Amino acid sequence: MEKRRILIVEDSPTMRQLLVFALRRLKNVEIVEAQDGMDGLRKVSSDHFDLALIDINMPVMDGLKLISLIRGDDSLLKIPIVVITTEGAKEDRERALSLGANEYLTKPIQANKVLSVARGLLKID
Amino acid sequence: MSDDRSNIFDRQEEFLGIFKKGAEFTRELLTENERLRRKILGVEDQQHEAAQNPDDWEKLRVELIGTIANLKEENRSFRERLVESEEENRKFADRYVEIEEENNNLANLYVASYQLHSTLDVDEVLKIVIEIVINLIGAEVFAVYLLDGKNEELRVVAAEGVPPSEIPNCPLGKGSLGRAVAATETTCWDATRSDDYTEPIVCIPLLIEKRPIGAIAIFSLLQQKEGFTPLDHELFNVLGGHAATALFAARLYGQSERKLNTIQGFLDLLTQ
Repeated sequence: MEKRRILIVEDSPTMRQLLVFALRRLKNVEIVEAQDGMDGLRKVSSDHFDLALIDINMPVMDGLKLISLIRGDDSLLKIPIVVITTEGAKEDRERALSLGANEYLTKPIQANKVLSVARGLLKID
Repeated sequence: MSDDRSNIFDRQEEFLGIFKKGAEFTRELLTENERLRRKILGVEDQQHEAAQNPDDWEKLRVELIGTIANLKEENRSFRERLVESEEENRKFADRYVEIEEENNNLANLYVASYQLHSTLDVDEVLKIVIEIVINLIGAEVFAVYLLDGKNEELRVVAAEGVPPSEIPNCPLGKGSLGRAVAATETTCWDATRSDDYTEPIVCIPLLIEKRPIGAIAIFSLLQQKEGFTPLDHELFNVLGGHAATALFAARLYGQSERKLNTIQGFLDLLTQ
């Protein structure tokens, strides 16, 4: 079975490590990390990904800008996007979802929630 | 005259046809009658035999009742085992969820301590402390203090949610924060928000061998965070110990680096 590739775009190394720890429990996945929106855009444009986890507040390019660029590119249109952020307000959630995010998770993150959402979007057990 | 005769013959033929059909029907009736008669005789014989051996009937009846009782017992036993299996299954599922949660918690604690000891730069350690408090605990406004031993004062060295200048320093042993740090005990007050930056909702003293070197004070939580979980209390312990040693080690390293540079400068001057 082909490996599923997951991109984590998050400026906090602590959060990245935590997400990697959680997602490693999924079978047959390869995880790639990006430390800001620009790095994320470079990686998502140059390689195939089955899922992207994106933080909102990041230096260089924020997560919302990255989502709008991904959704504006026909070749990247179908990548499922999960937003992971500290912003818990309803309007922030609606904005991210209207830009094309598939799921919206708020910090502090719960590994089992991340896993369940990732499993659902990757359609794996 | 000839017409009358042919008419009579036709009627004769017709009558014979009807008679033949009647005869055929009668034969069929007789055959069916014979078949039924034999069947009745067979049943009568069976009844007769049964009536002659009532013990056999009783024996058969007892056997059947026994078999039914056994089957009922077996059924009951299977049902009991099914209920037990379902209960066991439920316990395993609950245990699995608990272990998963424990696993997640351990991962959080591991990541927190790993990150805290991943650098010897004071600013980097402070940045990691802030990341942990935001991302793992879910605090919105908080400050990190270091103890100025000479003046016995907790000085704000970093803050999140408000500029550090808005948060006052705190004398050790005075006010809620100062007293909690002096008592070297993590303290949680019964609130989720405080706009008074001298009255935190949580105080985590940073301790090395029970000696305070600073503190983390939380003033409010993220909108979606409703309260503290057992994991948060574990994280308070990790921060209280590991953040303290990480900050202490980073400060010592910084001081030794500065001393080394000074000595190196002297040596360079002497050897020039």
